[in-house]
Amino acid sequence: MGDINVKAGATATPAAGSALRRPAVGIAVMVALFAIAPLVGFYPVFLMKVLCFALFACAFNLLIGFGGLLSFGHAMFLGTAGYVSAHAAKEWGLPPEGAIVLGTLASALLGIVTGFITIRRQGIYFAMITLAIAQMMFFFYLQANFTHGEDGIQAVPRGRLFGFIDLASPYAMYYTVLAIFLFGFLVIYRAIHSPFGQVLQAIRENEPRAISLGYDADRYKLLAFVLSATLSGLAGATKAIVFQLASLTDVHWTMSGEVVLMVLLGGMGTIFGPVVGALVIIALENYLAPFGQWVTIITGLIFVVCVLAFRRGIVGELAAWLGRRRG
Amino acid sequence: MSEIFGVPTQALFGQLLIGLINGAFYAVLSLGLAVIFGLLNIINFTHGAQYMMGAFCAYFLLNKLGIGYWWSLLIAPIAVGATGMLIERTMLSRLYKLDHLYGLLLTFGLALVIQGVFRNEFGSSGLPYQIPPELAGGYNLGFMFLPKYRAWVIVASLVVCLATWYVIERTKLGAYLRAATENPTLVQSFGVNVPRMITLTYGFGVGLAALAGVMAAPIYQVNPLMGADLIIVVFAVVVIGGMGSILGSVLTGFMLGVVEGLTKVFYPEASNTVIFVVMVIVLILRPAGLFGRER
Repeated sequence: MGDINVKAGATATPAAGSALRRPAVGIAVMVALFAIAPLVGFYPVFLMKVLCFALFACAFNLLIGFGGLLSFGHAMFLGTAGYVSAHAAKEWGLPPEGAIVLGTLASALLGIVTGFITIRRQGIYFAMITLAIAQMMFFFYLQANFTHGEDGIQAVPRGRLFGFIDLASPYAMYYTVLAIFLFGFLVIYRAIHSPFGQVLQAIRENEPRAISLGYDADRYKLLAFVLSATLSGLAGATKAIVFQLASLTDVHWTMSGEVVLMVLLGGMGTIFGPVVGALVIIALENYLAPFGQWVTIITGLIFVVCVLAFRRGIVGELAAWLGRRRG
Repeated sequence: MSEIFGVPTQALFGQLLIGLINGAFYAVLSLGLAVIFGLLNIINFTHGAQYMMGAFCAYFLLNKLGIGYWWSLLIAPIAVGATGMLIERTMLSRLYKLDHLYGLLLTFGLALVIQGVFRNEFGSSGLPYQIPPELAGGYNLGFMFLPKYRAWVIVASLVVCLATWYVIERTKLGAYLRAATENPTLVQSFGVNVPRMITLTYGFGVGLAALAGVMAAPIYQVNPLMGADLIIVVFAVVVIGGMGSILGSVLTGFMLGVVEGLTKVFYPEASNTVIFVVMVIVLILRPAGLFGRER
């Protein structure tokens, strides 16, 4: 079980091109690109959406790419944090940093509870159970009063970060989001390259063997699950403040499917794959928005093509190609 | 009017009946999922879309060709099952050597495509489908009114489930099937064409979903998204029942339909979530499901 991305993981070894070989260079290039992007004509709102989803996808990738666990209910963490931080900012008047922290903590808590339940089963069952629990949360938010049902929590104030940075300015907001994304990205990067991350990958490759070596597999998987849930929450809380809205879209199962697609398309088990995947999917949705149902159809087609012919994803294929060229 | 636990009996039996109807659909759908999973080791996420295709097939047969309900019960499962076999031959068969999760992802993508295409064509409002004249009306049982069509759905799905159980557990064909589930290589060496058996099994499971769709068409409206949320509930049913036994998944399906119906009477706010709550409780107490084996 759990060898879903053995191939993807293998291609992410340092054998690939220079950006991929020296991740520090890659990260610096990525940050520089995101830092310049709004200054050269890209809309900050579009970029902020990309950054929020990139963080969400990176958090998801930690679980599937390095833990081998396919969650089909990650929208619940995105949405829960969104609702909590939106409610905290609007109804309780918390400053943005307080609202985001509170929302993230709420998702961490939900991650601990659902983790305890779901970690007992693997593979397909794990996917079905996370999907079912997320659907339960969806109905809960649909009926709860504080979420305002179909309307969602609207007109959430962005407020002033640390009391003096006015986030109503698109640039102040943008660089705040970039900082949050970078924080989350580095936490994940650090986790993957720590002993914890190594054990996690060992469990993914061969769980019985890892257990026989004395590792408590369930504890490692639970920790990965909670970390992934927490960072997904960070993405959701930030998204709610940026777009001043928390709605049912973020807890619906289509959102859970979307993050799977971003990671699959970008490259499971690669460091930059989720970021690329998020960028492509958000751009696609942006351009296809006027065509209604075509977004769903094309999303589905990308799924099919990725699974049939393109399992390493964009970054995975690129790394493999560069690796082959180097011989 | 008499009451039980402060609830009018009429309402209680009414909801019980609705529960049994929903349970019948849960049972047929989870049965199809279990049959497919048994041999292909794939969780068929397209199942909900194929259930919807069955309903649309009946709708087309009636409105374009004038073919009524009874023939639809036969034609729709065959037609939709054939599309399923095409999917299995062209796409799913390439994934058997890989992790099972890729099958889930592929069928999820296919479900999105199918539902998107149908929504493009027919919008998201439902299309009506008449109850066949032979089954219009109902019986007055004294304590409640039982519409004939609903009684038919419950009986028909029970018959379908039991027939499937009989074929798989008690016939030679079923023995081949169970043997291929345990060890496909060995069965192939005895001269059984296992790849063809896999294709037919997938077609059969998909046909069951389409059959459920035809039966559902007169009760719920024919709607491109009718299977989208349903499939998630059916997943929960499958997790609760475990995939070990066919009778288990049928029994779980009916049972959870009834539980859901009763919740609607006593605590309506939880009627959408009760099955998921049951799933969580079962997972804590019996991680393999009520009838499941660890595998």
